[in-house]
Amino acid sequence: MSTRLTYENQIQELRDLVVTMASMVDKAIARSIDALRTQNVTLAKDVRKADKEINRLRWEGEEKSITLIATQAPMAGDLRRITAGLEIFSELERMGDHAAGIAKIVIETADEPLLKSLVDIPRMAQVAREMLDESITAFMNQDEELARAVVLRDDEIDDINDHVYRELLTYMISDPTTINRATHLLWAAHNVERIGDRITNICERTVYTITGQFEELSGGRKKRQRAKLEASANGTSG
Amino acid sequence: MAIQTPPLQAPVVSTEPSVAPGEPEAALIALKGVNVHYGTFHAVSDVTLDVGSNSITAFIGPSGCGKSTVLRSINRMNDLVPSARVEGQILYHNQDLNARSVDPVEVRRRIGMVFQRPNPFPKSIHENVAWGAKINGYKGNMDELVERCLRQAALWDEVKDKLKESGLSLSGGQQQRLCIARALATGPDVILLDEPASALDPISTLKIEELLRELKTTYTIIIVTHNMQQAARVSDETAFFSLNDQRQGVLVEKGRTDKIFTNPDDPRTEGYITGRFG
Amino acid sequence: MSAQAVSGRAAATYEPRRDARRIRGAIWRGLFFGATALAVVLLGMLLWSILKPGIPWLSWHLITNMPSRIPEKAGMNSAIWGSLWLVSGSGLIAFILGLGTAIYLEEYADDNRWTRFIHTNISNLAGVPSIVYGLLGLVVFVDWMHMGRSILAGALTMGLLILPIVVISSREAIRAVPLSLRQASYALGATKWQTVSAHVLPAAFPGILTGMILSMSRAIGETAPLIVVGGASQVLYRPDSPFSSFMVMPLQIFNWTGRPQEEFEQLAAAAIIVLMVILLIMNSVAIYLRQHFSKKSRW
Repeated sequence: MSTRLTYENQIQELRDLVVTMASMVDKAIARSIDALRTQNVTLAKDVRKADKEINRLRWEGEEKSITLIATQAPMAGDLRRITAGLEIFSELERMGDHAAGIAKIVIETADEPLLKSLVDIPRMAQVAREMLDESITAFMNQDEELARAVVLRDDEIDDINDHVYRELLTYMISDPTTINRATHLLWAAHNVERIGDRITNICERTVYTITGQFEELSGGRKKRQRAKLEASANGTSG
Repeated sequence: MAIQTPPLQAPVVSTEPSVAPGEPEAALIALKGVNVHYGTFHAVSDVTLDVGSNSITAFIGPSGCGKSTVLRSINRMNDLVPSARVEGQILYHNQDLNARSVDPVEVRRRIGMVFQRPNPFPKSIHENVAWGAKINGYKGNMDELVERCLRQAALWDEVKDKLKESGLSLSGGQQQRLCIARALATGPDVILLDEPASALDPISTLKIEELLRELKTTYTIIIVTHNMQQAARVSDETAFFSLNDQRQGVLVEKGRTDKIFTNPDDPRTEGYITGRFG
Repeated sequence: MSAQAVSGRAAATYEPRRDARRIRGAIWRGLFFGATALAVVLLGMLLWSILKPGIPWLSWHLITNMPSRIPEKAGMNSAIWGSLWLVSGSGLIAFILGLGTAIYLEEYADDNRWTRFIHTNISNLAGVPSIVYGLLGLVVFVDWMHMGRSILAGALTMGLLILPIVVISSREAIRAVPLSLRQASYALGATKWQTVSAHVLPAAFPGILTGMILSMSRAIGETAPLIVVGGASQVLYRPDSPFSSFMVMPLQIFNWTGRPQEEFEQLAAAAIIVLMVILLIMNSVAIYLRQHFSKKSRW
């Protein structure tokens, strides 16, 4: 039996909170993309309402974490995980905001027909949802390998995002009347791409809790981009 | 045989990984392979560690793991226990204090000690501070010395008008500071403190911690403490002791305090610090 | 107030039986009081048996006169002086030898079988009948060392008699000085002697003094050894050197009770009163001294 049962229980509460919040965010992403695809305003309104609950959970998580720090003086690994937890609550809340943003787009473009049937954006969202699930698992299990692998998948989202961007650009150039709807879709895609970035942040935090060192992680794509930039700055051709 | 006067600057580049690279630190005290036996009981096994000058090093660990024993070996207080046997080297300014030829009386003048329960002499406050200096043949102005030591111990203002009163008339926290002043009077360069605040209330404890931080600029301090928060607050380096499988005290890990408390290397250290075992 | 009123549950599992316990307490109290009362009464009777015949014979003559065959002229001056010399002498001897022994055994000697054997023997010596000391004194001091029946021989004999008490009580007093005081001293770089002289002995002093009080009180009242070493003859002068013969109060009392005249019996009672008063004064002085030093080195 642990010598700090109350403390362990409090930590477990925080872990449960992270899992609960993550599943709520997952649901929000799924539903908001669904609403986008089917132009379902009711569903969109639900998503926005549910976001309030996600926000509430974030504050609950923060409060509980701070109380834990003040009363139980966590150290070493515990301390790293709890402070990482504070960041994770924040990131999850913002991910919820992104999903709510997509829902808002649905409501605003309700009276216009869809520009095209959506395939790519839902694909992005699916990847994001998988990444979210894996990143939380990596944090809970303190799995460094998994965390790093998730970060690399962010490339997929970025690639699809590029594709969506170019496609919508084509639409806008060929038919200016589509500009309004296209930009809205661009914005929705952007929200999903940001969700991916936030998941990357969560994974960075996770690696910190395991190794005790801060390390900036990025997908291979960003690495290549950076390398290209540096190469051109040095005068060699990319 | 008395200890030779130490050379002025004898920097020893420590091989401790905890020292920031490029910073030569004089290891004022170095324990090498120290073992302590009480009769047939092997209490402390193979302790090797360095203590840099003008720093505060904390010894932490569960009860009975040998931290006080190791501390007392440094100023040869274990000599007073008939069944105790200390092996290994205890280097102080590169001289082995544990050698037979070294006089423990001289060691204790240079390395002072403050105990867990304040134990001022049942004499006046002035006499408490002065006595140590007297028996060691202090030739200077005694009143000046007493004032200086009481000031360094942050006690002067509270007692300057009652130096003739008994040391026992002070409160617990004041008595402990008197004991610190008393230890300073013999002109040491190292001060050992064995759980100095465990018998005191929280405010007195914080005062003593603040005092130690000031003293660090002049002295080298080693403190044994049960209170992890205290070790975390006050020390620059922390050494974690524990019991091995044969129930002997061993040094598990030593390093910079901030690292030990945020990211220790040894899982046993992590277990102790997070309170997951004894 | 019934147990019920406090808590229904308590009444079900506890049976305080307070009345029975109170009565038992009262019975014990009564017994202890009875024991005390009995002791006081017996002491009172003892005192009365002394005071009644003795008081009429109390006078300055008793103290200033020398012994004589005429009861009205008889005094115990020589005995008083002899006792004072003897008690001082034996006290001095016992103090020096006894304290020295105690300091050595407590502070310097190792704790091994040999020292524990010595300690046991010293304790046993405290229980040896005093006449044995008298015989020892006779053979060694009076005879072998040619001291004759002098105060010196008497003081040495009595000194040995009270030595065990002094050693034991001094040892206890020294042992009672807390380790923390010694450690504080050693940690400052003091030698053993500095620690003992500056801290241990002053702190142990009240206890040592108590031991001295006890032992000197015993010395002043012992008769048997002095019969052997001092002789029971008349001494009509104050002692003027360690080698003079002497008389002590208990012996004088013993002599007078041996006389046929009834007046001498009453005189003896008066002498006992004088002895008790002197004892009281000695103890008071010593207690006062102990209080005084206790305050100074209270730990």
